[in-house]
Amino acid sequence: MADPMRIRAQAAGDKVTVRVLMSHEMETGQRKDSAGKVIPAWFIQEVTATHNGKPVLVAEWGPSVSKNPFLQFVIKGGKAGDKVAVTWTDNKGDKRTDEATVS
Amino acid sequence: MQTRREMLARSAKVAGLLAAAGFLPMSALAAWPQAAFDAKNMAEAVKALGGTGAPTESKDVTITGPDIAENGAVVPVGVATSLPGVKRLLLLVEKNPSVLAAVFDVTDSIEPNLNTRVKMGQSSNVFAVAMMNDGKVLYASKEIKVTLGGCGG
Repeated sequence: MADPMRIRAQAAGDKVTVRVLMSHEMETGQRKDSAGKVIPAWFIQEVTATHNGKPVLVAEWGPSVSKNPFLQFVIKGGKAGDKVAVTWTDNKGDKRTDEATVS
Repeated sequence: MQTRREMLARSAKVAGLLAAAGFLPMSALAAWPQAAFDAKNMAEAVKALGGTGAPTESKDVTITGPDIAENGAVVPVGVATSLPGVKRLLLLVEKNPSVLAAVFDVTDSIEPNLNTRVKMGQSSNVFAVAMMNDGKVLYASKEIKVTLGGCGG
């Protein structure tokens, strides 16, 4: 199981800015190890975000997103106390979901 | 005692199970747009994602990022548009082995303004593409210079 994500969600007016920091290697499949063998690609393929259980964003990523990916987005019509959950799935089928409360 | 035939049958079964469970690379997500990430330029990527129109440059789409990135492994970029009716926002790095970096399917509850970080192998143009609900494809570009590439070892 991967490490937890760090999610910060802050309300400003009726908008909520969500910042997510995921913990993932994001191996491109282009690099080689010391023995000259290609390190297989291992990266997050899909990220979904929900706001109070309602899906608001789906992202498909390639291997060129940085290691330990950062994502920032803004939800319209949110307020403090709302729940924001983020789920990612990588190309090995690993998943992780974390939830945060808007402050 | 195991016969060769039994063993072959068994290994085929195991491979099938692995594929079903998504352990074999690239088969984990059926929905992941493989063709788009294999594309070699912007037009191909847009086409693979169902875009019909030819990409046109637009001032209503903006891309933010540094002029010079010291470390190509972590380049902060943002895509945004002021237009309503956006279906998808794409982020592309022209000279990366896989041109398409990220696709964001936005809904009405999200502002079409996203920030993330990408890897860049070398100095190149970075494109923000907005695919609209009415089929239009608009883009903006920015050149980002990289002093240390992020794709090598």
